[in-house]
Amino acid sequence: MALLRDFAKLIRTKNAGPFLLTVDIMFPDAETYRHVANSGVLSVELMARTFKVPAEVVKLFHYDPANAIKVTIPRPVTSGSPEDTDLFGGQQFAPLVDVVVPDMPAQPTPIMELKNEETYPA
Amino acid sequence: MTKKIKYLSPTGVLGVGFSEDHFMAALSPDLAFIGCDAGSTDGGPANLGGNKPFFSHGAVKRDLRILIKGARQVDIPLMIGSCGGSGGDWNLNWVWEIVQEIAREENLNFKTAIIESEPDRELLLQKYREGKFRALDPAPEIDEDTLRDTDHIVAMMGAEAYQEALANGAQVILAGRSTDAAIFAAIPVAQGFPPGLCWHAAKIMECGGAAVVSMEKPEGMICTITDDYFELEPVSPTQSCSPLSVAAHTLYETGDPYMMREPGGVMDLTHARYESSSERTVRVSGSAFHPEPYTVKLEGAKKTGYRAMVLGGVRDPMILGQFDSWFGGLQDSIRNNIDAVYGESMAGKYRIDFKLYGHSGVLASREPTLGQTPTEVGVLMVSQAETQEVAYAIAGQAAHMVLHHTVPEWQGLVSNLAFPIAPHFWNLDPAYQFVLNHVVELDHPLELHRIRYEEI
Repeated sequence: MALLRDFAKLIRTKNAGPFLLTVDIMFPDAETYRHVANSGVLSVELMARTFKVPAEVVKLFHYDPANAIKVTIPRPVTSGSPEDTDLFGGQQFAPLVDVVVPDMPAQPTPIMELKNEETYPA
Repeated sequence: MTKKIKYLSPTGVLGVGFSEDHFMAALSPDLAFIGCDAGSTDGGPANLGGNKPFFSHGAVKRDLRILIKGARQVDIPLMIGSCGGSGGDWNLNWVWEIVQEIAREENLNFKTAIIESEPDRELLLQKYREGKFRALDPAPEIDEDTLRDTDHIVAMMGAEAYQEALANGAQVILAGRSTDAAIFAAIPVAQGFPPGLCWHAAKIMECGGAAVVSMEKPEGMICTITDDYFELEPVSPTQSCSPLSVAAHTLYETGDPYMMREPGGVMDLTHARYESSSERTVRVSGSAFHPEPYTVKLEGAKKTGYRAMVLGGVRDPMILGQFDSWFGGLQDSIRNNIDAVYGESMAGKYRIDFKLYGHSGVLASREPTLGQTPTEVGVLMVSQAETQEVAYAIAGQAAHMVLHHTVPEWQGLVSNLAFPIAPHFWNLDPAYQFVLNHVVELDHPLELHRIRYEEI
C-alpha cells in the first residue's frame, strides 16, 4: 500500500468564495489519475469523514483534462468569521496527504459522470 | 484573413506586480484592450465592510502607472475590475484617486468611466419583496434588516457595464465589484466572438499568467480568440502553457470544473479541448455558454463587533500531558473572572475564540491527531465585544487567567504562557461578517450599477 502523496503532484484546498471550500487532487499523468480514481479510495464518504460534513453536501468531480479529482464542500464556517481557522482555506487538505491508496489497481470501477450542482465563481 | 481578437492580462491581481520589461514587449496596437482584476474575497469581509484595500497604495500605484501609460501609448482601453479588492464604493474611489495622481504626475489626459457597484438599498429591498432574490448553497438567512443594516453590499457586475462604458468613449474603466471574467469577456463578446470561448478564455485570463506550467513570479498572459478556438501565450518568454497547465487552472477557486455561472448564463466546459499549438502556447476549443435569466451575485459585509487579541505559547510538559482537561477548566475560570470584574453576568456580551496551534489550530475538530500529547501549544485568543474598550479589557483578563491558571502538579504561582510580543495583548480592527450569498434577478443588466464619466 502507498500513500496519496506518493501519487499526487498536488493536493490543495482553497476557498471557492467565502462559503465553499474546494479540494483539488492532481496527478502527473492519466495512468496515475486513473489508478487512484478507479481505486475508489477518494470517495464521497472519505471526504465527508475527513471534513466532518454530511455525505449529501459533498460534490465530487472527476476532471479528465487535468488528471484531477475535485471535491467541493460547504465551508465548516464562513471565511473570516470568529470560528474560522483558515481564511483562504489553504491548509485544510492536510489529512488527505497520507490517505492509503492501493499499489495496484483494485477491481476497476468506472469513472462516473457526477451531477454538476449549481455553484457561482469565486 | 481569419477574424481574431487579441488582448492582454498583465497580472493576476492589481498590486501584486509584474515585469515592466515583459509588459512593454507585449504591448502593441494589435491588442484590443488590457484588462486586470483587482479583487478578491480572500482577505475576508473587512476589505468590503471596513473600507480596506487588498494591497497597499504604493503597490497598486506602481502597477497602475505602468498599465495606464502603456494603454495610452498604444491607445487601447484599460479595464480594472473589483477596484481596491472588494469593489466597494470607498475602495473604488481609492483607486480613482490613485489614477488621478498618476495622470497628474505623467501629464496624461483621458476619459475614465467609474462604475459603482453598491446598489441603492431601496431598490434592493424592492427586489427582495418582489421575490427576485435566490439563495445560493450554502447561504446565511437574511431578511429586510440584512439589506438595510449591512455596512456594505456590492453587486457583481457582468460584461454589460463595461460594454456601456466603452460605447460612451471610456479609455480607462474603473469598475466596482465585478465578476472576474466579465472584465475580459466584455469586448470579445460585444465583437461577436463565440460566447463559450470568450467566457472560458476570460475565466483563465483573469488570473494573469497563472495558467503556466511553472509560475516563478506573477506575469501576464496574451489571449487570442477566433471563431473556432482561443489561444494562450505567456507574456514572459521563459514561461510556457501546456494543455495540462491550462486545464488544471480551470479548477482553481471554482466549485465546479464544468459549469461556471456568470450574470447572463453559464459557462459549460464539459466538451472543452486543450491542445498544444507550439512549445509555449495552448489552444482551447469546444467551450460553450448557455444563456440564462440575468442575475447578479451580491456580497455583503456587516460589522459584528470590536476585537482584541493575545498570543502565547505553552511548553510546560505538565500542562501538555493533560492539555484538554486543563484547558477546559481554564475556560470556566476566564468566564467567572470576567463576570467578577464587571460585577454582573457578561454572558452573551462578549466572545473569546481560541486557536490552539500545535493542537488543533488549523483543522479544529477535524484534526486527526486530537488526543495526542503536543510538544508545545500556541494559544491565540481573540476577544470580541460591542465596544473596543470591553474587547481590550477582556483580552487582558483572559491573558492573565491563562498565565496563572493552576496546574495541579505544581505548588505556588505559575506563569503558563510565553508571550512573543510586547505588549502581550492588543487591539485589532473591528470584526465583519459575510452576510449574503445570494443572487438577484434583474430586469436589465445595468439596473444596480451606476456609471459616471470623468475627463482628466
